[in-house]
Amino acid sequence: MTADVKTSIAARASQELQPGEIVNLGIGIPNLIPGLLGDDMNVFLQTENGLLGVGPRPGENERDPDLIDAAKQPVTALPGAAYFDSAQSFAMIRGGHVDVAVLGALQVSISGDIANWAVPGKDVLGVGGAMDLVVGARRVIVTMTATSSKGEPKVVAECTYPLTARSAADVVITELSVFRLRDGALVLTELLGDATVDDVRAVTGGPFDIDLEDRRAA
Amino acid sequence: MSIASGPIEPAEALSAIRSGDTVMVGGFGLVGAPLTLIDALVDSSEADELTIVSNNIGEPGRGLGKLLRQGRIKRGVSSYFTSNPEAVAAVNAGEIEATLVPQGTFAEAIRAAGAGIAGFFTPVGAGTLLAEGKEERVIGGVPHVLEEPIRADVALVYAARSDELGNLWYRRTARNFNPLMATAARVTIAEVGEIVPTGELDPESIHTPHLYVDQLVLSR
Repeated sequence: MTADVKTSIAARASQELQPGEIVNLGIGIPNLIPGLLGDDMNVFLQTENGLLGVGPRPGENERDPDLIDAAKQPVTALPGAAYFDSAQSFAMIRGGHVDVAVLGALQVSISGDIANWAVPGKDVLGVGGAMDLVVGARRVIVTMTATSSKGEPKVVAECTYPLTARSAADVVITELSVFRLRDGALVLTELLGDATVDDVRAVTGGPFDIDLEDRRAA
Repeated sequence: MSIASGPIEPAEALSAIRSGDTVMVGGFGLVGAPLTLIDALVDSSEADELTIVSNNIGEPGRGLGKLLRQGRIKRGVSSYFTSNPEAVAAVNAGEIEATLVPQGTFAEAIRAAGAGIAGFFTPVGAGTLLAEGKEERVIGGVPHVLEEPIRADVALVYAARSDELGNLWYRRTARNFNPLMATAARVTIAEVGEIVPTGELDPESIHTPHLYVDQLVLSR
């Protein structure tokens, strides 16, 4: 996967955010979003290790050892930021006070099930806040490439990887398309770049409805 | 309890930990982890067969990763063992048992233990591997999982500042699990960066009131 592909997915995902929203970003593609937001977007980034109002990465000499994000990377705090403990942080998340979670996934099923924390046959020893976020955030936006590094579809009929949560994805954005969950099933609503419906079908592991009239004026 | 006298030596404080105990350790990774107390546990305590409740089992050779290398951890309760590949290897080799808990459930279960709550239903984890063996109940049409409190014999927490009574003030994202763990153990030992005279902390800004804290130790 080239950096351009990742950036294009992040750029499309950034268009889903509304000014003033509270947003939690996962590692990987979602973490590219802050650099792509316009100055007038004014979203508030929440990180589950206890900060609302995450600012840009600090310079080499401006790092504070007590100030990191959930990826354990140094961050800054913006004016108006608030710190809190982990129970309050996840109360915000589970309680529906975080508007949007943007996260990566290994598989998403046609019915919106998400698998993003474990690979079968490997260690299932790290879940972090993934389950809390996909269950609790009001909108869940999945950003991922259309296929795995082995070329296998990541939008599938049924998840074969361990589930994070059922019917949790509201929007799925790949380099080819945008799917939205409607009445319990993913619907193809937008083609990205030069992609055709056949291109999307070729890398999708199950049947899906198409409603391209929903295309956004981006 | 509250602090009867001033700070004590780490080794003396850790004499509260016995073999087979459950020990909570604050921190998100190494940020907010009581590193002086962990080092003392590694160097001066002989307690083994420990159950460690901590979001991570340190990093390789750092923080709780040192205790892991000594083979003194029997079981880990954590949301993210993966940050220490040596912990993952120890689990896969059958050297330690692992209980994996979603991070929000982990935090809330510790809070519940400290608050006298016998359990709670959460939608998080329902229908997944992490709900296996747990009671599930549909509430309001949504599947929930019954989670029980997580408590400990001893909690090791870190705060940037305390007063002489043991009121604690945490700094930035070093707060994380520390205030929760301070409430959820029989004995709470707080490692602090500095101790200011009682009365100097703004009462409106105290994160952990001193009644939760049994011993103070200064960071080295």
